[in-house]
Formats: sequence, C-alpha cells, structure tokens
Amino acid sequence: MDPLKAAVIVFPGSNCDRDVAVALKASMGKAPLMVWHRDTELPAVDLVVVPGGFSYGDYLRCGAMAAHSPIMREVKALADKGAPVLGICNGFQILTEAGLLPGVLMRNAALRFICKDVTLRVETTDSPFARRYAAGEAIRLPIAHAEGNYFADADTLDRLEGEGRVAFRYCTADSDVTAEANPNGSARNIAGIYNEKRTVLGLMPHPERLAEDALGGTDGIPMFEGLVEALS
Amino acid sequence: MTKMETAVTPEVIKSHGLTEDEYARVLDIMGRAPNITELGIFSVMWSEHCSYKSSKKWLKTLPTTAPWVICGPGENAGVIDIGDGQAAIFKMESHNHPSFIEPYQGAATGVGGILRDVFTMGARPIANLNALRFGDPSHPKTRHLVAGVVAGIGGYGNCVGVPTVGGETNFHSSYNGNILVNAMTVGLAQTDRIFYSAAAGIGNPVVYVGSKTGRDGIHGATMASAEFSEDNEEKRPTVQVGDPFTEKLLIEACLELMATDMIVAIQDMGAAGLTSSSFEMASKGGLGIEMDLDQVPVREQSMTAYEIMLSESQERMLLVLKPGREADARAIFDKWELDFAVVGTLTDTGRMVLKRHGEIVADLPIDPLAQAAPEYDRPWVPGKKRPVIDSLDVPAHDPIDALKTLLACPDLASKRWIYEQYDHMVMNDTVQRPGGDAGVVRIHGTKKALAVTTDCTPRYCLADPHEGGRQAVAEAYRNLSAVGALPLAVTDNLNFGNPEKPEIMGQIVEAIQGMGEACRTLDFPVVSGNVSLYNETNGVAILPTPAIGAVGLIADSSKIATLPFKEDGDSVILIGETKGWLGATLYLREVCGSEDGAPPPVSLHREKREGGFIRAMIEDANVTAVHDISDGGLLVAVAEMAMAGNVGATIQAPNGIALHAWCFGEDQGRYIITAPASQVPVILEAAHEHDVSARLIGTTGGDALTLKGIGTISVTEMRKLNEGWLPGFMSAPDTNA
Repeated sequence: MDPLKAAVIVFPGSNCDRDVAVALKASMGKAPLMVWHRDTELPAVDLVVVPGGFSYGDYLRCGAMAAHSPIMREVKALADKGAPVLGICNGFQILTEAGLLPGVLMRNAALRFICKDVTLRVETTDSPFARRYAAGEAIRLPIAHAEGNYFADADTLDRLEGEGRVAFRYCTADSDVTAEANPNGSARNIAGIYNEKRTVLGLMPHPERLAEDALGGTDGIPMFEGLVEALS
Repeated sequence: MTKMETAVTPEVIKSHGLTEDEYARVLDIMGRAPNITELGIFSVMWSEHCSYKSSKKWLKTLPTTAPWVICGPGENAGVIDIGDGQAAIFKMESHNHPSFIEPYQGAATGVGGILRDVFTMGARPIANLNALRFGDPSHPKTRHLVAGVVAGIGGYGNCVGVPTVGGETNFHSSYNGNILVNAMTVGLAQTDRIFYSAAAGIGNPVVYVGSKTGRDGIHGATMASAEFSEDNEEKRPTVQVGDPFTEKLLIEACLELMATDMIVAIQDMGAAGLTSSSFEMASKGGLGIEMDLDQVPVREQSMTAYEIMLSESQERMLLVLKPGREADARAIFDKWELDFAVVGTLTDTGRMVLKRHGEIVADLPIDPLAQAAPEYDRPWVPGKKRPVIDSLDVPAHDPIDALKTLLACPDLASKRWIYEQYDHMVMNDTVQRPGGDAGVVRIHGTKKALAVTTDCTPRYCLADPHEGGRQAVAEAYRNLSAVGALPLAVTDNLNFGNPEKPEIMGQIVEAIQGMGEACRTLDFPVVSGNVSLYNETNGVAILPTPAIGAVGLIADSSKIATLPFKEDGDSVILIGETKGWLGATLYLREVCGSEDGAPPPVSLHREKREGGFIRAMIEDANVTAVHDISDGGLLVAVAEMAMAGNVGATIQAPNGIALHAWCFGEDQGRYIITAPASQVPVILEAAHEHDVSARLIGTTGGDALTLKGIGTISVTEMRKLNEGWLPGFMSAPDTNA
C-alpha cells in the first residue's frame, strides 16, 4: 500500500515545522507535505500536524491569529471527518483557539519561559497517538513554552477526565502526579488532551525533540510509530 | 533638535559627540558648514561604536588569517570553512548601554542585531550564545537587570527559533553601573553562496526591506560611545524595541531571496541604521548613492531626514539588486508580508545625495566619511604588575567547607535558572545542551557538529590584562577541546572603560596583545569582533572584559565527550601541571575575601599539546568524561562532574603541595578525565608521548565526593548548594531595593 501522507501546517512564525517533519519522516519513511497557512485547500492526507513556534509572534493571545488562517477551515473539516490532528506546543494553543479542543493555555505560573525535560504520565493508550505507550508509564519529553498553563472550568475538566480525554499529565519519574511535578501551573497537571473521538491531540511537550538517541532520548518515537501503525 | 531647520551651533555640535578637531575635519571635508542632517551623519559614522577610532590601531595587530578563514574582520561577520562546501559564519556583539537602561529590549535587540549580522551573509543561524556580566548581587538594581536581560534574550531568541546553547554569567561590583550583554550568533552557509556588502553596478536599485522606520534608537551609537552619568535614565528613548516575529520572517525571506541570483550586495541596518548601512555599501564598492527618503517605509509620516537616517529601528536590511529583478524580489517579501521599497540607485559620483520632499537635504562625500574616520593613537600606560602570592601565605580553610562556599557563590552557582528560559533545543540538533564545557550543535543532516563557547575571566584581566587576554583565548580553546572539537577561530567582544584615560587604554592595548599572542600560538585566528568602550559610570570603570567567542569543528558528533561522571569505578585522571596558584582566584576572593595577586600564567605551547592530547583521547574513545579545570580549581571541577552525573568520587591529594592550593589553585591548562581502569595505562602512555602531564587522582563511585583522609560531602548536598543560589536570589523578597 501507499506510504502514509502527513501534512505540517506552516504559519508565519512557526519554528518547529522542520523538527517535526524530520521526526515524521524517520517514522513514516516519507517526508510530510509542508502546507503554507494561506493555502485554502488541504491535499488528501492521513495526518495533520500543527507545529510549535510563535505563530504571528504570539503578539495577540497565543494561537489566536493562526486559528483564523485560511487553512484552518480545512484542518477543521478534516478533523470532523475523523482524521488525526496533532497540535504540539503552539499547535496545541492554536487548536484550542480554533475550537478543536476545549480550554486555554495561560501564562506559566512562574511567568517565565521554561525549556527543560519533564516526565509525563500516559493517562490512556486508547488513541492512535498513544497506542505504543503503556498506560500509567512515565515518559520523558521536553517542554519549551511561556504559555502552557492549561485552564478550563471545573465542569470541563471533570468531563475530560470522565471521558478519558486527558492524554498526559505532568508527573514524577515514578508516575506520581504531584504539585512539584507541575512545571507551569496547569489545572490537574494536564499536559495534553484529546477531542471527543480521541482523534485530535494537543499537548505542550515536544515529542519530536526526543525522538533520536543523539538528542538524549527516544520517548517521542512511540507517538509517531503509533500513528503509523494506527493509520496503516 | 530633530527639526530640519535646527541650526548647527557649537552646543549642537558638542551634543553630537564631535570634538573641535573632529568638527574642523568635517568643515574641511565638506568645504562648508554641514546642515543638521549632515552633522548627524558625521556624528554617528565617527562615533567610537561605528568607527573603532580608539581601538583600530591595536585591532590591526590581531592574527586574522588561516587556510580555513574565508572572510576575516571587516564584513558583517567572520566566515570559516568547515569542509564539504560548508561555512560557519559568526560574530559576537555587545548591547551593553541599552541593556542597562532598558534590560528587556536592550538585550532582545542585541540578539536581533547579531542574528542579522550573520544571516545578512547568507547563513541560517543555528546557535546563539551570550556572555553576561552583572553588578554585585546585593546592588539594588542587579536582580531587576538579570530578570530583564534573561527574559529579553529568551523572548527574542525563542521566538525566532534559534537555540541558545551556551554562555557565561559573572557578577562583580564593577558592573553595578554598566552591565555587559554580549550576544553571539553562529550560522551555517554554503561556501559558494556567501553574500557581501560591497555595492556594485552603477544604476542598480537600492532596496529597503523589513520593518518600517520609526523614531526609536536615534543616536544609540552615540550613546554607546560615552560614559554614563546620573541622568542616563533619560536616554531611554534611544533604546530600540525588538520585533522577533518580523525578524523570523526577515530571515526566511532573505534566505529565500538568497537562493536566487538576484542579490548584488546586502547589509543589515544595525547601529546608526540607514546611515551606516548605505555608507558602508557604497564605500566598499567605491560608488555613490542617491536615495529618496520619501520612499523609505516609515511609521510616522512627519519624520525628518535627520530622523530617518539616524533611526535604529530594528529588523531592516538594505539590498542592491540586479537591474530589472525588483518585481521578482518584491514577490518574496510580499509572501512574508514585509515592506519592500526601492529607495535609491547607485551612482558614480562617490557622493551620498539624500532627497526629502523633492529637495536635496544632504550631499556628502562617501569615502572621506566612511574610510577617513578619525583614528587615534591614544596615550596608554602599562598596568602595574601585581606580586605573585605564595600559596602558603593564603589561609588554609577546611577544603570541604571552602568547596561548599565556592559551589554556592554567584560566579560558580548553577545557571540553570537562566538557560531554562532559553529554548536551547529548537532546530533539533543540540547534542550538548547548556551545562557542558561547550554547546554542541550538529550540522543538520550530517555527522559533523560545531562546538561553541564564550569565555573570559575579568578578574584575571584586571590583575594583568596581558595574561588575562591570553587566558580568555586559552580557556575557549580548552572548552572546545574538552568536548572533542578542533578549535578553528574566534570572535572577540572587547568591553572596557573610557579609552581617553591612559590606564584604561593600557588595559585595552595589553589585553589585545595577550589575545594576539594566544591566537597566533594556538592557530586560532580572530575573524570578527566588536568593541564596547566607555563602560564607566561616574568615573568608575568595569573590569576589563575581552570576551572571546569561539567555534570548533567535530567530525563525528557521536564521539563528543561530556562532563558528567558516567558510572562507578572509573579512574579519575588529572591532566596538566598543578602548582597550586592561588593569586586572583575564586578561593581567594570568595573564601578569603581578597582580590589580590597576579593571575595564573598560561603556557600556550603546553596548552596546545594538551588540547591535542585531549582531542586524541576523545577521538579514540578512551575516555568516559572530560571537563576542563577553570574557576574554582580542581575540586570544583570534580564536584561539577559528580553533580552532573549523580555519581560520587574518592580523590587522593598528593604530598608535597599544600592541600588548599592543590584543591583550589587555578593553574591553567588542566583537565579532569575519567576512564575505565583498564584504559589507564594506555592513557598515561599516550600522555607521555604527547609530552603532557597526567596523574591518577582517584576513582568514581558512591553518592558522595570524598577527599581521602580529609572529609566528605554528599552529591545531594553539593547540588542543593549549587542549584540553590540563583533561584533563591531571584525569588528573594524585595527588601533590598
């Protein structure tokens, strides 16, 4: 069968577009299409990635401008059809602004940009993104953001938890979800969430940054390989 | 003073920083009195910042060539060949004065400016570094300045998506009124696609791209060329405001344009903005230039010619295009939503003619202005040599207690609080993150990597500028060697006080001479640099700080060495000679409360042999960890390796040397390496062949650092001390402000 086709959306100010393209190619064997934000048609693809960076400089609320780019209508339409959409960091912020995921990413509690490795507890493996992880295991991925403090009202958080839509939580190396392990003040230590069908994932940590031994770890690889497996 | 009709009075001339002699020269060149716009242009072009008038004579003595140097000083940045048709392009530059006045924007625009210097030449920036000096932690402004500078560097570098992979931060009371913010960028280009600034082709269009011109930063270069006094807060309007989003677009647009054949010449608008960029391009090409300032994209329509020419608004570039290519080039900038305006043409007159509202508002000869800028041979006196301190005259404190003090002192405390605010991983090629001896970034898609570092020990430079200049270069050489990189070239950022004072000029001269000696012996040419003088407030100068930024090449990035201890049972070997030098050390300053003494001397030939030996050991995979010994001495270096690896060690001090001198002496040219016990004979034999001193001093293992027969401290406690100081300082309640 044909190899999988992925698209990476490029906004003005995206800066992790190449990084995620490299990781996708390593797992999929084929370079993804790079799609410019002004395009009004999305080619037929199996997966869309909204990458990290500073779309429009994050000068307005993070992701707010990019959410209104022409291509996002196509991304929404594809997501509605059930195609997987992965939003990483600024991509997560864009997906919340675009209404594909609930909640919002606020300034980090410490009011500083934070770039470091964190550990995440895999909350569910029932998704095309997490099927290669073990439920409850602690994985290590880097964060690099100033606005990763996830917030939603209590009802929304309860619903996310009740529906098994919390993807990852910040935790200790022993998978304990503690206040000390929360790097940015996120509600209930939430690092990533799914839509209702678990076909759209937004997360602040960067799986593409630890997808190679030489970069210090490979805990990001199962996410990309899981997608390949699920979509093949 | 910004109105066109402002008269050129003696007061106005003085406020533009021109001396009487210099103004006489202006009259001579012009053959008439200049108008205010012309005076402003002379003022910025002849400022210390743009003309290097005090330092040029001495900078010329630095070695700048080697077979691998493609372009040395004089262009926007230095260019070296790194093989396979690839070049590394890099430079370090200061943004000291603006960062003190407005730390966030000052530091941010410092990063933006140095990025432009590098991508102007056709390189994609792949690494940023910074060398920061702040005042005493107890000074009421220090915390505010640290917070602002770090946030500003991060705010800019993170947004443009270039990893900040290394740097250094010192604290000293001499920087209370003049902090130093030196930013370095390293970029990657193809050797056959390097772009220069010399204009060519009479009639070719001169094109302005990037942000619009506003009233910010007018006279920034002049400000950076004078001492501070009490009223420097009033200079806030001279600080520019950065727009990293536009910079990111400008990088992508320029690299896209550079992939075509449309560009004749390109130059970023840095200090002195449109004035210096247009003068430099025309001057290097031996041509004239005519510009219609009505075409310059402006934020405010009422701006005068004076303001447009002297604005230091950021994120702007000036290009000379091949004729007839304007529309194709414009399409690229339209895509990236950036301004694009044809503002002038090249002429054969050798003059710069500026028009505003249809009238000629300035008409100046280019060469006399750009190339015949004043050059001074300022009087200087050599520094007084300080006595060498006998280590036996230095109090011998308990080594474990002294280690605790050192690990938690501001200069040695972990800088994690700083580098975690910088995205050091974006671009996914950072194979050595901050915290090692040098940052290492892979050349994307290859096995190769570049190692990068910034170094200077200002307290040595004050004690002996000549030795301090040698040491700064040698330490950079050592840090590159410690990760396994072949040191290739350096960029320098010379930060000093007022050069009109003979003792300060003496520091400049001696430091440059020392640097030159080291660069020559180590085959480590200077390919770019920047000078920042007048770092004085109310007559008090900073420590002489000739910061060195350096780049080395690693052939196989899978073979780099790192500093953490790896596992229990490795042998710990000391490379280099230890005499126990305590003068001008951190032990003396932090533990004994004295800043006296001559600094440790550097043996350059030995340094070179040792560097070669270390690189050979790394290449042959004989070693499991490598760390150079620098500030704080041997025991601090071992402690750093233990903390980084979470593995302890037991160390045995030799007889025949005072224990405190052995533990904390800062003798130069030393490294700590570890290796499996089975490799030790091979390593000692190789050391002998390289004529390098090597000595087995201990074994790794356990969860504590033990000085045999003396004392012990747990790795956890060391880490608490080392990691605790900076976050504690930055979050302490605001009682001292």
